[in-house]
Amino acid sequence: MSTPTSGGTDERVSATGKRVGRAAREWATAQARAEAEAARGNALPSPGTPIIEVTDLGKSYGRVIALRGVTTSVRAGEVTCVLGDNGAGKSTFIKILAGAHRHSEGTFEVDGVEQHLDSPRDALTLGIATVYQDLAVVPLMPVWRNFFLGSEPVRGRGPLRRLDREFMKRTTRDELLKMGIDLRDVDQPIGTLSGGERQCVAIARAVYFGARVLILDEPTAALGVKQSGVVLKYIAKARERGLGVVFITHNPHHAYPVGDRFMLLRRGRSIGDYAKSEITLDELTSMMAGGAELESLAHELARDMGDSSPVVAELKADVEGDHEADREADHVADAEPDVESP
Amino acid sequence: MSTIAAADERVARTSPLGRLMKRPEIGALVAAVAIFVFFAVTTDVFATLSGSATWLRSASTIGIMAVAVAMLMIGGEFDLSAGAMTGFAGLVVGILTTEYGLNVWLAILVSLALALAVGFVNGLIVMRTGLPSFIVTLGTFFVLQGIDLAGTKALIGQVAIQGMRNVPFYDQPQKLFGSSMEIGRGTFYVSIVWWVAVTAVATWVLMRTRVGNWVFAVGGAQHSSRQVGVPVAKTKIGLFMGTAGCGWLVGMLLLFTTSTVQSNTGVGQEFVYIICAVVGGCLMTGGYGSAIGAALGALIYGMANQGIVYAGWDNNWLKAFLGVMLLTAVLLNEWVRKRAEEAR
Repeated sequence: MSTPTSGGTDERVSATGKRVGRAAREWATAQARAEAEAARGNALPSPGTPIIEVTDLGKSYGRVIALRGVTTSVRAGEVTCVLGDNGAGKSTFIKILAGAHRHSEGTFEVDGVEQHLDSPRDALTLGIATVYQDLAVVPLMPVWRNFFLGSEPVRGRGPLRRLDREFMKRTTRDELLKMGIDLRDVDQPIGTLSGGERQCVAIARAVYFGARVLILDEPTAALGVKQSGVVLKYIAKARERGLGVVFITHNPHHAYPVGDRFMLLRRGRSIGDYAKSEITLDELTSMMAGGAELESLAHELARDMGDSSPVVAELKADVEGDHEADREADHVADAEPDVESP
Repeated sequence: MSTIAAADERVARTSPLGRLMKRPEIGALVAAVAIFVFFAVTTDVFATLSGSATWLRSASTIGIMAVAVAMLMIGGEFDLSAGAMTGFAGLVVGILTTEYGLNVWLAILVSLALALAVGFVNGLIVMRTGLPSFIVTLGTFFVLQGIDLAGTKALIGQVAIQGMRNVPFYDQPQKLFGSSMEIGRGTFYVSIVWWVAVTAVATWVLMRTRVGNWVFAVGGAQHSSRQVGVPVAKTKIGLFMGTAGCGWLVGMLLLFTTSTVQSNTGVGQEFVYIICAVVGGCLMTGGYGSAIGAALGALIYGMANQGIVYAGWDNNWLKAFLGVMLLTAVLLNEWVRKRAEEAR
């Protein structure tokens, strides 16, 4: 049995190999077997190796240009944060990575080979898994049944073909333990878990079924400060395990502590792609908030509503805050979860 | 390794009783025991062999349908045509054999094929249109009821099958569906065996197979199930066909036990099936429930049905009793669901 705390890459790979052997024997159908093997054949490359590289990526729907000029990379053992406000093009970008949409400009390389993905299944075969906001879990079903839903391992033949319950429960517990979740009972309905824990079950499930790159669509958007912290911890955990993570968010305070690379989107355009060493949280926050735009908005409102209006005062304070960042630093101290830096 | 062993240890701490208390059928089990004890004490016949043979027989045909309906409800759908289906299946065999001289086994197969086709159509309409199954199967219910009543009268000029015993080879399927066994003074019918078998198979499917996993999933969160690759339409259409298939089985049991079926057989029973399933722990909203619970629900129905007769009360009290059981069960189930879904 593999140890709960993941060691070096080699150990992890061999553990995966053993699992393939056992799972292959017990997999339900030939198709499922082939899929599982294809997915798990994707061994994790050494940390820092680019898995996905996009250059000048763009997408237009007819005459509408939804996305253009996006250049960034997703590396093994690193977190690439995609930041942008609503309508900035984040979802178009994910949909291209996830295989739901084909890109119309630029190049999209996986392991150095150019790809045009036609379906989410193509993306999964390459080891790119997406965890959407609704998580695709069934609240009233036990955690272990949810973990394997749709790809249940079975044993026995004919009418005696049945779920391999023992294997399913043990694997669920082990995989969650690797993510740092210690469940007393995997038999409890998944609805009884907290939002953050459910997110983590979805992540652990994607990892177990062969993901090398995890795309997380606003995983912290619906969560409170504490729960967000829990999810960020698991993102860091996935990174430690050597996965590439694409973390989509509009909150720089969530992105900065776990991110290694930051790609900012505004109005369908990339406005920058920075390594962590090239940008500070304040700069990131300021770019996100659109410092210049906020300033002009404050001026405009001051003209219409008068300088004394509370809205204008607040906006001005925000703009100054972005520049001076004293107030923001306090915020960060509150919001920053306990993430062990690598 | 040590951490995992420790996790196992903590799970084992849950006592068997605590585990039982979490099961969906616990309410029905307690109620069944209470009702048995009540009638066993207050009446002389209830707990004798002949008494129990009577209430087991009445529970068995209801129970087979309740189990099928429970599976469908766990899958998130209703079937109001299930009651009329039992009469329909019996009438088809009766008319084809007595009126048209068809071989009895062939007639049984034709009846099965028709029943499965109706189930398939129910499922297909529900999945294709996205309409509530409540409405779709209400439609099928009335269609079947109309065929049962008017079709039977038009074809054989009567409202009940007659002369079934004179059909060649009648005794063969009669052994399978209508035979009985004397134990002491009680006449136990084979329908009880069918009831136990259907309950066992349904429980096996629900708890131990992939299909069972899918049934819970499509009833609990259809969209999510689809996202992770569960064949939603196949699962649900299969459930509708399963219910119709059980309707056929009960039709055969009724026909070959009494050698007759009336054109209104089964009408009005569809709600009894649903009540039994709900008393057994099924949620009206789907995704939760148990086949054993539904069987216990039917047992409660059968015991109350006969117990009231033995006690010498007015038969109509059964209706009031059913209503109280249903309301209590719904409230209890709702509480269980909230407890299961709430975040800690």
